[in-house]
Amino acid sequence: MSENRIKELAGELAVEISKEIKNEVKHLGKKTFNMGGVHPEANKFAHSKSVETFDLPDQAVVYMTQHLGAPAKPVVQVGDKVKVGQLVGEANGFVSANIHAPISGTVTKIDAIADITGYKKPAVVIKREGDEWDESIDTSEEIVREIKLGKEEIIARMKDRGIVGLGGACFPTHIKYMLKPEQKCEYLIINAAECEPYISTDNRVVLERTEQCIIGIEIALIASGADQAVIGIEDNKPNAIAKLTEAVHGHPKIRVQPLRIKYPQGAEKQLIKAITGRSVPNGALPISVGCIVNNITTMYVLYQAVQKNKPIIQAYTTVSGKSLPLEKCKNFRIRLGTPIRDIMNAVGIPEDTGKIIAGGPMMGKAVANMDACAGKGMSSLLFLSEKEAKRGPVSNCLRCGKCVEGCPMGLEPYLLHALSDLQRYEDCEKNGIMNCIECGSCQYICPSNRPILDYIRVGKNKTGAMIRARAAQNK
Amino acid sequence: MMNVLLAVEVAILWKAMLILFIIGILAAVVLYFIAKKFHVEEDPRIDEICALLPGANCGGCGYAGCRNLAETAVKRGTMEGCTCPGNTKENNAKIAQILGVDAGETVPKVAVVRCQGSCTNSPAKVSYDAAESCFFANSLFAGEGLCPNGCLGCGDCVHACNFHAIHIDPETKLPVVDETKCVGCGVCAKSCPRGVIEVRPKGLKDRRVYVACNNKEKGAVAMKNCKAACIGCGKCVKACPFEAITVENNLAYIDPAKCKMCRKCVAECPKNAIVAVNFPAPVAPKPAPAPKPEAPKAETDKPAAAEPKPEAPAAPEKTENTQPE
Repeated sequence: MSENRIKELAGELAVEISKEIKNEVKHLGKKTFNMGGVHPEANKFAHSKSVETFDLPDQAVVYMTQHLGAPAKPVVQVGDKVKVGQLVGEANGFVSANIHAPISGTVTKIDAIADITGYKKPAVVIKREGDEWDESIDTSEEIVREIKLGKEEIIARMKDRGIVGLGGACFPTHIKYMLKPEQKCEYLIINAAECEPYISTDNRVVLERTEQCIIGIEIALIASGADQAVIGIEDNKPNAIAKLTEAVHGHPKIRVQPLRIKYPQGAEKQLIKAITGRSVPNGALPISVGCIVNNITTMYVLYQAVQKNKPIIQAYTTVSGKSLPLEKCKNFRIRLGTPIRDIMNAVGIPEDTGKIIAGGPMMGKAVANMDACAGKGMSSLLFLSEKEAKRGPVSNCLRCGKCVEGCPMGLEPYLLHALSDLQRYEDCEKNGIMNCIECGSCQYICPSNRPILDYIRVGKNKTGAMIRARAAQNK
Repeated sequence: MMNVLLAVEVAILWKAMLILFIIGILAAVVLYFIAKKFHVEEDPRIDEICALLPGANCGGCGYAGCRNLAETAVKRGTMEGCTCPGNTKENNAKIAQILGVDAGETVPKVAVVRCQGSCTNSPAKVSYDAAESCFFANSLFAGEGLCPNGCLGCGDCVHACNFHAIHIDPETKLPVVDETKCVGCGVCAKSCPRGVIEVRPKGLKDRRVYVACNNKEKGAVAMKNCKAACIGCGKCVKACPFEAITVENNLAYIDPAKCKMCRKCVAECPKNAIVAVNFPAPVAPKPAPAPKPEAPKAETDKPAAAEPKPEAPAAPEKTENTQPE
């Protein structure tokens, strides 16, 4: 893919940036987090492609595990007729989220079905009949500006409509807003950094649904009771920055903060550091420093949930990759439960595809089972080329310290790797393995291609189990 | 001039040697009294028992190494709950003698790999290219053959084994247990994230019949994933005259305590998931009133089992092994 071609495509952007806005953006300055970070190739091939709606699938597999925490409990029976947006899975536990029907039709099966990892997860299978929406949902395109709901009602609506963080982790959003009386939210931080390579859905949502995003932020401001909202956005999206800067006029509580490009800028703690300069203590949540962090696409779905009563039934997915021809790198609005094979057939699987990844190349998961279906958090489907997918030959640690330099949490990845390999989990704990955010910077930057993060993950898992066992014993 | 210098140097040398000699004597005297004063009284039996243990510190007994086991055994004065599972019968008897207790019946055990999902039985649908750790691979995906219960082949058991008794067969990519080296300590079974390895009684003349599969999926799904998967059809349950087989979660299990090794189930299994190892090749010597075609069936299973072939004739040497009831 020639660089000229990418530049050419970037030039096709139809956003007009006026001189005043350009000046205004210049005055905003650029910030970033202070410690570590790497600069992977951006490869935003689908940057300038508007979001297309993907064809409705004939059959949708709706997993009950599309969020972090306990799986939802199916509330429909086999043979039931469901409409789009009807509740099919009920949150089952504190950290859990509701799941709604993405298509209308008949429930044909409630069973455990293999997801992208190949492991069986509880799911509801719906066979499509037409596209009939639930009556309570406002399907008009009209923008509803007036916010009628109060704080408690908004949080209840978030919970009811199954809103989860669409930045990747799929953490149920309403939990972030359920503050204890002593907690006070000062900053609402909106993550539009999109630091992962390839992914461009946040950028497209900002450009195409700017006003809705801003209304979503206004709603989140009411829900959090925050004094101000800051949109953090990396400066490789000048059009989005300009569009947002223009849109926040008349919204005194919201401001835009351009950020210098650095991965992992979109990680919660790094974004807080970049924007407010505050450091979240080890093991604490962002609210301990008065911040709530949400993704910009989450703000858009929040707008839809509150103003239109629409649950999450679509995933915003960038289909891209070096093995795909440039014209096939696109952004899609995909109904949840669409088989990944359908998407692959639509774009055609290129010859030299070495790996398919759901989610970003740095933190996403490789698709092991092609018969799996799309979930809420699938922000991209990447077709990596054979060359890109292969890991290089592993050699000995050079003690060069690049991983230490690259770690945004100030850890010593080479040491954690060795300690985990030696199964010295007490030492892992002492060296702060539990603070690792698994961003993959260390493994990315390692000149010896050592599987640093792989071993840190093993160690983190086992250390966590050890700590939990100890806590249970002390009880 | 030269001579004078040399003489001076020799004098210095003598002086230094003398000083060191005196320091040495003084230190020896001080150390002698300190050793007397702070002498720790330790049961001599601990050292004796320690000498009789394998000394691999494998942790299979549940204690932090061999010495810890010896200390516990002496402290409690019994072998119950603190017996080395990997020790020989004679050494265990000697330990019992030292402790003055009855050694009790210990059944020699061996690790068996309950998976036949080799490259031919469960061909790889995706390839794995990350850290060589079963634990990590298990957290990422269902396995190269997409069987969520089968062996991942990264060799966590190989690294866990302190007796070098397990290696990965490069052809099948499955672990192979060397029966002569395996002591049945069970560390490999603990290290396996999927519980593929089971520690079973070695059996009379080292002969065993077991289900070489760990599948928990429904039959149709299992068949898609692997040619040698137990599909929980229950044919073996009906065939077994001793009610030794149970099917739970679509997986048959042969209770070693009840199994009389008639091998009727081996012949009955439609997926060849039940394997019989170390049985002599031509005809079963056991009073197995099975029809003729059964024996060749058992024979065909043999190479598939986790056993090197030449091991079979060597079996009669170990006839003194206790029988598992």
